[in-house]
Amino acid sequence: MSKHTLSVLVENKPGVLARIAGLFSRRGFNIDSLAVGPTEHSDISRMTVVVDVDALPLEQVTKQLNKLVEVLKVVELDPVQAVQSQVVLVKVRADVTTRSHILETAELFRARVVDVAHDSLTIECTGKADKVAALLALLEPFGVRELVQSGVVGVGRGPRSITDRSLRTA
Amino acid sequence: MSDSATPVRPSPADIAPQSRPRPAVPGPTPAPEQVTGAQSLVMSLEALGVDTVFGIPGGAILPAYDPLMDSKTVRHILVRHEQGAGHAAEGYAAATGRVGVCMATSGPGATNLVTPLADAYMDSVPIVAITGQVSSASIGTDAFQEADIRGITMPITKHNYLITNPDDIPRALAEAFHVARSGRPGPVLVDISKDALQKVTTFSWPPTTDLPGYRPVTRPHSKQIREATRLITAAHRPVIYAGGGIVRAGASALLRELVDLTQIPVVTTLMARGVVPDTHPLNLGMPGMHGTVAAVTALQKSDLLITIGARFDDRVTGQLSTFALGAKIIHADIDPAEISKNRVADVPIVVDAKEVIGDLIASIRSEQQDQSTPAADYAQWRATTREWQETYPLGYTKDEEGLSPQFVIERIGEISGPEAIYASGVGQHQMWAAQFVKYERPNAWLNSGGAGTMGYAVPAAMGAKVGEPDRVVWAIDGDGCFQMTNQELATCVINQIPIKVAIINNSSLGMVRQWQTLFYNQRYSNTDLHTSAGQVRIPDFVKLADAYGCLGIRVEREEDVDAAIRLALETNDRPVVIDFVVHRDAMVWPMVPSGVSNDKILNARGAAPVWDRED
Repeated sequence: MSKHTLSVLVENKPGVLARIAGLFSRRGFNIDSLAVGPTEHSDISRMTVVVDVDALPLEQVTKQLNKLVEVLKVVELDPVQAVQSQVVLVKVRADVTTRSHILETAELFRARVVDVAHDSLTIECTGKADKVAALLALLEPFGVRELVQSGVVGVGRGPRSITDRSLRTA
Repeated sequence: MSDSATPVRPSPADIAPQSRPRPAVPGPTPAPEQVTGAQSLVMSLEALGVDTVFGIPGGAILPAYDPLMDSKTVRHILVRHEQGAGHAAEGYAAATGRVGVCMATSGPGATNLVTPLADAYMDSVPIVAITGQVSSASIGTDAFQEADIRGITMPITKHNYLITNPDDIPRALAEAFHVARSGRPGPVLVDISKDALQKVTTFSWPPTTDLPGYRPVTRPHSKQIREATRLITAAHRPVIYAGGGIVRAGASALLRELVDLTQIPVVTTLMARGVVPDTHPLNLGMPGMHGTVAAVTALQKSDLLITIGARFDDRVTGQLSTFALGAKIIHADIDPAEISKNRVADVPIVVDAKEVIGDLIASIRSEQQDQSTPAADYAQWRATTREWQETYPLGYTKDEEGLSPQFVIERIGEISGPEAIYASGVGQHQMWAAQFVKYERPNAWLNSGGAGTMGYAVPAAMGAKVGEPDRVVWAIDGDGCFQMTNQELATCVINQIPIKVAIINNSSLGMVRQWQTLFYNQRYSNTDLHTSAGQVRIPDFVKLADAYGCLGIRVEREEDVDAAIRLALETNDRPVVIDFVVHRDAMVWPMVPSGVSNDKILNARGAAPVWDRED
């Protein structure tokens, strides 16, 4: 099995998320990560779905997604030809002895401190999944009190837009 | 399904004025017209050419029933259970090719439609379900008779709507009908809140539809047609694997032409019985778990499957990893997701069955005229398949003790003829009806193939009879199935829908009992229904028929079978129910036991076909 990132353009209508999520679960596909938000067109939303499947089931899930009436377009993002990013917020235990170590670590990853308290630091980190994972591994020994991650979002490199063409056919 | 398959209907413009309700707001009629949401719904149905709606009113849908009463073109048939409405809409659609319509109120009314919707989704039946919903202000509050029917039916409908603004009603209805009948047909549900039905809106037709994401695919495919033609010409043991998509596409005549042109043997799946006449010498019959030895074996030994409108269902393939291993696959289906879902296709063709068959005929014809390539000749293969047919014909041994169910079903088919419609329930009687009634035309055989819904027969037969009033319509049902939906006999009596019901009464859940006989050491756990064995009749089906005002007949001896069938065919002032009390140990053969290779087909209990040396 391997991870695939799908960009799904959908009509911005109530219930669309439930339709997509339901499709994945009833066809037996696991969603690794999911991010949803509006696009530059107010009536179109974009979902970035990371799934862990083989090539053939991936083709099947793509076809099934395309059958949903409210799905406008499904594109698989090639990891080389696309930029991908996610956000994590991590609250780490920090006292006077460890605080500078943690700050240094955050610095190395170009992560930002977004909240400080007597015995904790909250760090925001943006980037690809492997970078985020590396930071979390280094912070782990200090004691992670809370961790929250967004889904991965991605966009193809270069000037081409996947929304343009799907709007035109509509 | 292509539009040309649907008979020409009056245009919306012709129909709408005939029964346009009075405007809710007095005064000069503006255009577009001021009406309530409920009126807008009924006018939309009229404009869409709907002639029949099966349904039951209730609180949330109540506003719609008032203008429905005044409609001159839409006939509402009050059923006794919403499941009956849904299956009736399916039967209507399957028999006529037109969209079937059912209606129910919110909550339990709507949830009772869930089974027929799932059934229609599995068998690609174009139906539209309209349900009332609680007022928009109450949605989400666990209001009286509230159920999230849109959420519930998401996985079992092609698409569905929740409408809370009355202005959206005509558009939603127009889209629902378009989605239901185009592409791969299927069920669409439109849930409308009570306040949307009550509020004032405007009605104008046709509405502007907005379906940017819905593009039923018809890709250019000349390259695949060429490739398919090449494979067909090169093949030595080709088989046409014809599925229900051919019925829905109205492509049977073309398929017949393709079979005659190529002289390639054809198998017709459970959903496709009748697409090629059973009397056609190249029709090997039904493949699958209870298919003919010839059909099952031809698929197994084939070197090329020309698959059209079929989906490699597990009941056809048996153990997938051993199915037709030597065959290359041409797979034509209108639904791209069916291609390579179960079996990888060598030549995928995403297109309507009518179109692909037409193109194949043209391509093969030009290939045949081309003298440079050697003509394909399958004479040897045809002889082999014919030998299988002759050696292992469908058959049964009559039981000396009691009436044989196969005999009863065979006689119903022989006496009623190929112009009749046969709807069945699910189980042994369904398989016998698929095997022993000889089908000569599509849309004559209605059954619940994918979902396997017991209780389908009576309401589906009712719907078919409404859609095709001039045809004889039989429900061939089991004693178990019949007890799930026989309340619709009341609907049939009151609305003068004279269907004929043949209960193949073996006093048990026969198919389950057969499995218990074969695989569970004859331990009959919970399969005895006490409907005839040992003279116990709970209920007595003849008395039950009588109580409904139907003609009830009981047949227990072979010599009475024909007379009872003839009496049923002569009786058209009310429905007829014949309680055929049959031998309970009769079994469906041939059979491929669940989960094993189709090579292991048994043509009778403990008897596998004996193949000659070259096999």
